[in-house]
Amino acid sequence: MNPNRDYYPKGEDLHRSLGRRYRSASIWQTLFFSALVIAILSLAALLYNVIDGAFGYVAFEYKNDPTEFSTKPLDALNKQELLDILKANLSSGAFTKLENEKPMDTRSKSVLYTLLLERLIQIDTKETWSMTDSIFRSAKIKAEVAEKYPEAKLEFRSWLTPVFLTTPMSSKAEFAGVRTAILGSLWMVGIALLFALPIGTGAAIYLQEYASKNFLNRIIQTNINNLAGVPSIVYGMLGLAIFVRALEPFTSGRLFGVTDSNGRTILSAGLTMGTLVLPLIIINAQEAIKSVPDSLRQAAFGVGATRWQTVWHHVLPNALPGILTGSILAVSRAIGETAPLIVVGASTFISIDPSGPFSKFTALPIQIFQWTTRAQSEFHSIAASAIIVLLILLLTLNAAAILLRNRVQKKY
Amino acid sequence: MKQENTIMENQLFRPLDLKKKMRPGESVIQALLFIAGLGSIFITLAIVYELGKEAWLFFGNPDVTFAKFFGTTTWQPGIGHFGIWPLVTSTLITSSIAIFVSLPLGLAVALFLSEYASPKARSALKPILEILAGIPTVVYGYFALLFMTPLLQSIFGKQTVEVYNMASAGLVMGIMILPLISSMSEDALSAVPRALREGAYAMGATKFETSVQVVLPAALSGIGAALIIGISRAIGETMIVAIAAGSGPNFTFNPFKAAETMTGHIARISGGDLSYNSIDYTSLFAIALMLFLVTLILNLISQGIINKFRQRYE
Amino acid sequence: MNNINAPDIAIETKNLFIFYGSFAAVSEVNIKIEKQKVTAIIGPSGCGKSTLIRAFNRMNDFVPSSYVTGEILLQGQNLYGKNIDPVEVRRKIGMVFQKPNPFPKSIYENISWGAKINGFKGNMDELVEQSLRGAALWDEVKDKLKKSAYELSGGQQQRLCIARTIAIQPEIILMDEPASALDPISTLRIEELMQELKKNYTIIIVTHNMQQAARVSDYTAMMMLEKDGSRSGTVIEFSETKKIFTNPKDKRTEDYVTGRFG
Repeated sequence: MNPNRDYYPKGEDLHRSLGRRYRSASIWQTLFFSALVIAILSLAALLYNVIDGAFGYVAFEYKNDPTEFSTKPLDALNKQELLDILKANLSSGAFTKLENEKPMDTRSKSVLYTLLLERLIQIDTKETWSMTDSIFRSAKIKAEVAEKYPEAKLEFRSWLTPVFLTTPMSSKAEFAGVRTAILGSLWMVGIALLFALPIGTGAAIYLQEYASKNFLNRIIQTNINNLAGVPSIVYGMLGLAIFVRALEPFTSGRLFGVTDSNGRTILSAGLTMGTLVLPLIIINAQEAIKSVPDSLRQAAFGVGATRWQTVWHHVLPNALPGILTGSILAVSRAIGETAPLIVVGASTFISIDPSGPFSKFTALPIQIFQWTTRAQSEFHSIAASAIIVLLILLLTLNAAAILLRNRVQKKY
Repeated sequence: MKQENTIMENQLFRPLDLKKKMRPGESVIQALLFIAGLGSIFITLAIVYELGKEAWLFFGNPDVTFAKFFGTTTWQPGIGHFGIWPLVTSTLITSSIAIFVSLPLGLAVALFLSEYASPKARSALKPILEILAGIPTVVYGYFALLFMTPLLQSIFGKQTVEVYNMASAGLVMGIMILPLISSMSEDALSAVPRALREGAYAMGATKFETSVQVVLPAALSGIGAALIIGISRAIGETMIVAIAAGSGPNFTFNPFKAAETMTGHIARISGGDLSYNSIDYTSLFAIALMLFLVTLILNLISQGIINKFRQRYE
Repeated sequence: MNNINAPDIAIETKNLFIFYGSFAAVSEVNIKIEKQKVTAIIGPSGCGKSTLIRAFNRMNDFVPSSYVTGEILLQGQNLYGKNIDPVEVRRKIGMVFQKPNPFPKSIYENISWGAKINGFKGNMDELVEQSLRGAALWDEVKDKLKKSAYELSGGQQQRLCIARTIAIQPEIILMDEPASALDPISTLRIEELMQELKKNYTIIIVTHNMQQAARVSDYTAMMMLEKDGSRSGTVIEFSETKKIFTNPKDKRTEDYVTGRFG
């Protein structure tokens, strides 16, 4: 019929050539799949690496012999006995200072116990081991410790404890906690939201409901998309130049009678972070507003509502869950951001709770950064613990966002 | 019945006024919303102005010459060395490693998810990538320093691989960017119309031939956009390099050596005691301005590509 | 139902049902399609024409919930049999779609691609030229073979799709409303082309345009939703096109072809 037909494989040849094609296809498919496996393994390795660091053996020595303070074994002491030991051995100045921070008899037993270790007995950490090592090389580690540090005690420790969450910073890894860092992060995120949510939602309403398709509005839209891609450290530089330096009288609180601070305050950090998440909030709010069906607007206009009445009574209430979802995502972005905070000058050592927008501050990721870059391995362990806290916080926020999103999806 | 009629008549015969009415409340609100919309423009202007102003001061310094800036390879503004290259090369090296990792992996993941995975598998696997995308970069920094570096050291030897090195930062950055590239590429792949796939199948093509030889080329511009955004993200990424790549500018092309990137440099110097108006201070803004301009251009290109891509298939 | 007396059969269906999930979109189709003839499938929209034609080269496989009962026989082999590879089926039964869907490649590559993947060993340039000539497109594109196929007009694109189909030398070419997106002149060219093509190929065409069916086809299958209200389509009459349009047996066919339908 047609000579070209003869140039194609036939019969057995066809089967064989198809077999070849299928084989190479399945090799490639395996390769594609293994990329996914690599991604999953990376995530697993990351999580494992963090957990591995947060638990494990610690070899430490007591600087002062516990028997100097108590005849009983330390963990058998009750709250009153702990209190008495602290009172008897701490200098009266130090005791009054502690008392002023928080009355001693209102503190829990574990806090007092920590104080006893931290202030009186004093711990000297010799070495730490990862969880994996601690489990699989337990005997070896014990032998090693017995040889290298005959005085030392070996203890399997979880660095992540309730005390870790509730104690402020300390220069000793064993007694450091993330309380001030968490509070700092919360303050900062609160300010960022207070700043960015109204402006972001307003901008989104303007762009979706009011803006005509003219040149200026197209520029605004393009600009927002681009701002979302600006490196976060550039926002940090912006915050440094404007909030920390140019607006110092305002952000340091001097205008409001605060005297003891410069522009490197929670307020500056919050505003910087607000600027950073603003494009994110606008884009998400635009999506939420877009998803409100047009029929709703037409219905409102149809009964004689003005544009704002339509937006306020019909569009916004229906877009609200979407806008909230977007805000939660913005919050989780802000909580994890580190670079801009370094630039606007987060302090790394803060042991008192932030008292307001004009306080100096630290934040959770700043602590993680600080501790990770320390040389001693016990700081890596508390960095790992702080990462677990951060990841759990983020997971909770994202779960909330997903739940909210699913509820919205059901509606239409 | 009768009464109702009168009401209707009254209403009908009331003089009708359809003229525009002043609604001051509406106007005020619209003005406020417009200002909110302009807010984003203010931010951009502020970035350009503030970075530009300080960068201007830096480049206005008589010691900073064009020849020194681009012609020498030591960067220590405090003592008069203004060669930008060590910061640029390390930025390029870490970003290249990151892209080298994330582009093939991201593309393969995207192909698998969009062409092979069942809807059920896709909805189970995508959240994993979303988690990867949601992990703060400081955590990736921890991972780079305390997992990737020891891993590289155990493979290549401690003599070869320094404790701080560009390779581990770049590799981990690649993992960080992977979900971005895969999700953008997947969007591009699934935007390819079904008719094209059917055309290929009707020619006796296998699924693989269809995906790789027809769908992939058709989505190429979208994948290009993803690549460009990925590059922009890698160049602007700070925490991973600040933690794992090393502190101190170092002009080297050996990825196993420590070298500070542009972002890492800004983070380290601004994290210390920095006095306003010093050359160190203004130099940071000059670097930040370069970062801003480069990422801005990359983002604009990427957006342009995406818009064009969208038009083609709509 | 079958009035075909010369049993030179290209493909036939036996008690064919096509399901989407539990819904039978097409039921009980028994037709024999003669070699080197044009067979038209006509009927009101939504009666399963496209579903039926897509069953012939297993394009419905891509609809996740779809499945088929009964048989479609090509040279005695059931296309839905156990060891049948759908890729080989499509290799033998090509398809031209409603909207032209050239690949985002050059004109030349649009044609050479299918040949290449299917292991063509001959002279590629010749194959491209012959295929383009076969689709009556050669004279229009011979000077711009390296240009993107997207630069062609809709009608040219559709003929390019026909050219790439004949390049792989299938037994049967399926056409699913191939002219519905084209202007009248392009439509005419496609119709003329079909008369050329049937010298070498068996053609099955779905059309919603009865005049077109009357103009181009030798046989016509009339499809209609079943009377029982199940929204399932079936072939109510299958015969020579002349008979369908001049002397239909079924009252519904008569109503439809004379325009008295819905």
